[in-house]
Amino acid sequence: MPQSATANILTVLDTDFKGIIEEWLGTQVKEGVKRSDLFSDAESRNQNRELLKAFSKGVRDGISGEDFDFDDTQWDDLRAVLADVSRERVNRGVTPTEMATFVLALKAPLFERLEAMQDSEHGVLIRDVMLVTRLVDAFAIYTNEIFILEREQIIDRQRQEMLELSTPVVELWDRVLTLPLIGTLDSARAQEVMENLLQTILERQAEVVIMDITGVGTVDTQVAQHLLRAAAAVRLMGAECIISGISPMIAQTMVNLALMSAPFPPGRASAPPCRTRC
Amino acid sequence: MGYVIKKTSINLVEHALLVSIQDDITDTEILELQDRLSNKISENRIDGVILDISALEIVDTFVGRVIAQLAGISRLLAADTYVVGMRPTVAVTLVELGMYLPEIRTALSLTHALAQLRRV
Repeated sequence: MPQSATANILTVLDTDFKGIIEEWLGTQVKEGVKRSDLFSDAESRNQNRELLKAFSKGVRDGISGEDFDFDDTQWDDLRAVLADVSRERVNRGVTPTEMATFVLALKAPLFERLEAMQDSEHGVLIRDVMLVTRLVDAFAIYTNEIFILEREQIIDRQRQEMLELSTPVVELWDRVLTLPLIGTLDSARAQEVMENLLQTILERQAEVVIMDITGVGTVDTQVAQHLLRAAAAVRLMGAECIISGISPMIAQTMVNLALMSAPFPPGRASAPPCRTRC
Repeated sequence: MGYVIKKTSINLVEHALLVSIQDDITDTEILELQDRLSNKISENRIDGVILDISALEIVDTFVGRVIAQLAGISRLLAADTYVVGMRPTVAVTLVELGMYLPEIRTALSLTHALAQLRRV
């Protein structure tokens, strides 16, 4: 009477737990994904042990018949351990390929043991191998997801930091602010710059704001529009806005735009909204 | 109208009229304010008007136009007019609505506006 695939896998896991870990590590070395430069032997072994422990717990409780859903609560442990290990690895600079290979390397030792156990029936072996493959694949896909998620979080955080860094408002003298703009101004950044600037004007009760755009490489009509809007908002709040560092190219763009939408009638005598000094 | 709480007030500060506009002002109240303000300017020969809108949190095109109108009326009656205390969010909204209001003069606060008026 042949046992079920789940039972077979469990038997394999239970009888030679330590051996599987060692062989798993061995396969990782053979595939060149062990990264001894990033993780000590003890660390790697520890990670593998935790993963395999959670894995066998999942196999024990999480499979009904030959079906399993990796999102079930029975797999919580494995998912938690995987998330931890993946995060650790992302932060130390392991590539996704290495991570996936690392997980998939678990197949070889399991297959070998399954084969050794059933020297008789071919059909049974293939059935077991199929199940292990599906399990380990789900395992690997989940790792990849965590991996990508973690990277996205890093990118998000960096973008946020850059956004904050890139809009410094400096108090030059008492009630005089300067805003050195560098790089490209897209809508999101222009919005951030404007809000930041207006808030600072309110806090410091600034009377003059100098917007320096020497570091702004290209100014298309949209960027010019943003600048003029910021200048107009500053003026509405009651401060004076001076735009400095305008290159000949930018001057032309801004004049074209201002003439088209005419927010500031040219040649007006009182309180010009933007004064330029190069 | 005795029981109605006025949403606006007009006070004399250093030869200038200080007009405070509240956030929940209605259309009729604004028209009434226009009337009161213009009469007061011409009767008392006022030469400075300060519109304090620091209480305004929400603006739309109507409110924007009213601010411009109030400033315009005062100027036609030969009073220097300043809009003071505009909040950053209000400034951004007005600019985004395309209301740059180039014809109005602005100041950061009442103090700034009064300093400007004294200089004239």
